[in-house]
Amino acid sequence: MRYSALALLRGALSGHRNWPPAWRSPEPKPQYDVVIVGGGGHGLASAYYLAKNHGITNVAVLERGWLGGGNTGRNTTVVRSNYLYPESARLYDFSLRLYEGLARELNFNVMLSQRGHLMLAHSRHDLESMSRWANTMAMHGIDAQLLTREQVGALVPALDLSAGARYPVLGAFMQPRAGTARHDAVAWGYARGADHLGVDIIQNCAVTGFVTDANGHVTGVDTSRGRIRTARVGIAAAGHSSVLAKLAGFRLPVTSYALQAMVTEPLKPRLDTVVISPGTGAYVSQSDKGEMVIGASLDLFPSYAQRGSFGVLQGVVAATLAMFPSFSRLRLMRQWAGIVDVVHDSSPIIGPTPVPGLYINCGWGTGGFKAIPVGGWTLAHVLATGRNHELAEAFQLERFVTGRLIDEAAASGIAH
Amino acid sequence: MMQLSCPWCGLRDETEFACGGTTHLERPPLAATDADWGHYLFFRDNPKGVHLERWRHAWGCGQWFNVARDTVTHDVLAVYRMGDPPPRLGA
Repeated sequence: MRYSALALLRGALSGHRNWPPAWRSPEPKPQYDVVIVGGGGHGLASAYYLAKNHGITNVAVLERGWLGGGNTGRNTTVVRSNYLYPESARLYDFSLRLYEGLARELNFNVMLSQRGHLMLAHSRHDLESMSRWANTMAMHGIDAQLLTREQVGALVPALDLSAGARYPVLGAFMQPRAGTARHDAVAWGYARGADHLGVDIIQNCAVTGFVTDANGHVTGVDTSRGRIRTARVGIAAAGHSSVLAKLAGFRLPVTSYALQAMVTEPLKPRLDTVVISPGTGAYVSQSDKGEMVIGASLDLFPSYAQRGSFGVLQGVVAATLAMFPSFSRLRLMRQWAGIVDVVHDSSPIIGPTPVPGLYINCGWGTGGFKAIPVGGWTLAHVLATGRNHELAEAFQLERFVTGRLIDEAAASGIAH
Repeated sequence: MMQLSCPWCGLRDETEFACGGTTHLERPPLAATDADWGHYLFFRDNPKGVHLERWRHAWGCGQWFNVARDTVTHDVLAVYRMGDPPPRLGA
């Protein structure tokens, strides 16, 4: 059914007891044209664009747990496209433009809030590198501004700009079109959209192996719910990409780390932008419910445990309070971690693997949420056509052999 | 907080250490192909389970050592010196 004000009114008249499920829960069929492994944002978006852009609807999305239960539900909901290199700028801004039309496209309110994203400069050197960065973005046609200390103060009155501040603020670099979106709604919106176009979304179905023919070409996947035949498989499993690659017999240039985030108890509106301090390793925004959403830097040792270490938690809370002393009496309600797939140049991998018929979308590291629309768009393209999407051409596995890395370590946000 | 046992200083909090990634990597000869060199530099097993890794007691004695650690539970299964062979783990 189509969601609208009228549908809401009809629902209200029947006491909201007759809403149909947003997507089906079908039994897996024995054969599909394409199987997507991973029911997070990237996997669901891939399935949606396979059906929408390429007319391929005999598609299954296999999810080991529940939809959006991995990093899609564990991020800090920030969307932005303030990247440095032309390849990345094109990729991430395409994603942000898709986000700008996503609620209408999916008929599902993803609550995109383009409240701006401020990166604080704590030194003269920060200011210099930020002006280079902002100018580069402007050359790529992406909105970027440099703010003086006074402008930062007017935008973020809660920020400590006093002379005694532990980390003095000299200015900031801002992308006005950046902001936040409701992460669950992005996963659910793509799931509902894909389901309406005929895609089977199968939860509680873990992939346990890949089946190949004598030439090494993929012919199916083994799952906890039996074997499924297919000639094309797309993996979108973020921090678990290496685990799936091992099942298929190859390795990836990926290391899995825990990335922490936390929310405070809700309070009245206090902060209407996203503020990041790369120097101190913390960033903060306020959710629509009023919680302060705080993101940390990586726990810098390999981990598949979806919790963070206490040392990093302590550091990020201290950094947040140095920036916003008035938050000192807030209590943290929840703290968690997602397992992120970090590669050496902090840029994604979207394309073929050493196994014919098997394609992968991974390597987004600490910044996968903002890239969900473009990750799905480009993985769907290579799955449907066998050719890399123009936007994904530079982001291939082979760059780790040719050496043509796209080092976005700074633009990926927090140091890692 | 995770704790590691430095072979020289004993049990300390994880915040005193820095992880240096996978250990026992062998540098290929200079005549290696680009593919072999790329795999040596970047491609890793990244296991979900036991990982053999290098750590440095960065804010302590500064020494490097090896650790066998479970990446899911963070249990430290063995600590051994640089140059020692990998430990035999399990039953």
